[in-house]
Amino acid sequence: MSYLKRFLSFSASILILVVVWQAVVTFGQQPEFLMPSPGRVAIALWELFTDGWLFGHVWVSFVRFIIGYIAACALAMFLGVIFGWFSTLWRIVEPIVLLLKPISPIAWLPFIMLWFGIGDAPAIFTIAMASFFPMLLATVLAINSVSTSYMNVAANFGLTRFQILYKIVLPASFPKLVQGLHSALTAAWIFLVAGELMGTSEGLGFLINDARQNLRSDLIMAGIVLIGTIGYVFDRFLTLVEKYVSKKWGGG
Amino acid sequence: MYIQIENLTKVFYEANKKPFVVLSDINLTIKKSEFICIIGPSGCGKTALLNILGGFVPPTNGRVLIDGEEVKKPSSRYVSIFQDYKLLPWRTVRKNIELGLENKKLSRAQINEIVDAQIHAVGLSGFENYMPATISGGMKQRVSIARALAVEPDILFMDEPFGALDSVTKETMQLNLKQLLSSKPGGTTVIFITHDVDEAVFLADRILVMSAKPGKINNIIEVDLPQPTMKYTRSFNAVRDNVIKEMAAVSHK
Repeated sequence: MSYLKRFLSFSASILILVVVWQAVVTFGQQPEFLMPSPGRVAIALWELFTDGWLFGHVWVSFVRFIIGYIAACALAMFLGVIFGWFSTLWRIVEPIVLLLKPISPIAWLPFIMLWFGIGDAPAIFTIAMASFFPMLLATVLAINSVSTSYMNVAANFGLTRFQILYKIVLPASFPKLVQGLHSALTAAWIFLVAGELMGTSEGLGFLINDARQNLRSDLIMAGIVLIGTIGYVFDRFLTLVEKYVSKKWGGG
Repeated sequence: MYIQIENLTKVFYEANKKPFVVLSDINLTIKKSEFICIIGPSGCGKTALLNILGGFVPPTNGRVLIDGEEVKKPSSRYVSIFQDYKLLPWRTVRKNIELGLENKKLSRAQINEIVDAQIHAVGLSGFENYMPATISGGMKQRVSIARALAVEPDILFMDEPFGALDSVTKETMQLNLKQLLSSKPGGTTVIFITHDVDEAVFLADRILVMSAKPGKINNIIEVDLPQPTMKYTRSFNAVRDNVIKEMAAVSHK
């Protein structure tokens, strides 16, 4: 598809969203603060931008997110390679992981605040927990699903076990690791606001919570729009990376 | 005898635990630097036989001896080449050919020398830094052959290596393979699976015709044509007709 076509369909999509939103506001007859109009939200965004707050909130959230996400993914990949490689160990660890995985990071939030205090730590930890399990499971799966034909080639040429790991298994599972990074990112971004709702004085989550206390529904919606937009950009970026990797890795 | 296959049987178990006899009591001896082609209907256990010879799969019964030693696991002394090449897609042509040399005690210069010679021999000069995904099937199979020959194996196990190639490329590859094998001092023993009778007659010293259910060797045909072999001469056609007759007999059983 050409860039023009893609741009047109993207614009049409956004336009439909805004029109439906405006229709709900216009025909819904509800008070303005229950459902701010797109125009109002645009003005709120502009206000944030000219005040200089916008960049500050986004930057703080971004830094927290990146720290939590990268730290968790690095640890998850490291452990995932070990668990994936030593299958007996994984049989012991897997039930623990599956038990902890469905617990929302929010449930841990009170503990996290008791252990690490308020401020950046709860936000970073929430993000980290949300990224950790998807990435860990993706890594173990990636290591385990390396095609036996690669393993046979490795065995045929007399590679040692360690050589098989870093010359065959890691590169062969790379595309799946990138997929894991992508799904961990989408999973973790959802928890950004939750981690920032309490005990913070900056960030997109704070912006929304602060606006709630000041009954500024237009600012709440502005925060929501920002979170959606940034999440969308992240997602598109990793989709591109994923496509590039699978193209580069494909067709042996 | 160089390769000895003794009472080899392979049984697979289907999902309903029913045994399925893939190979039934195979006995065969192969001389050093002999070129053997295996031909037969699908399901006759050709690939299973090759996988057992290569040490990838254990037999249910019987054993395989290579140079007097029982085959228990794969070794770079006998390398397998497959129809789907099995190149490592994240490595360039050069790095793929290098794979088997990296854990040998060789200097960088020695490795480069061997790889350069192989790339030249299979006619891939200029494509050293291409990724597998960007080259044609014939070229991929050349890479796979060069990768195997780089470790100077005594035996090549080839499972329909040219089966996916167009007929012109196939012809070139057959000639090229003959040249490559004749240039090695001491010779290379080859066991080569194919569906193509002309290919088998052109390449082989002996052709094994296998039958299915259960898989066994039905007949062994000595080729013994004047060297260099030319396709479609009178003597070539005589052997070819013989093989076709045997195959027909097998498929009507």
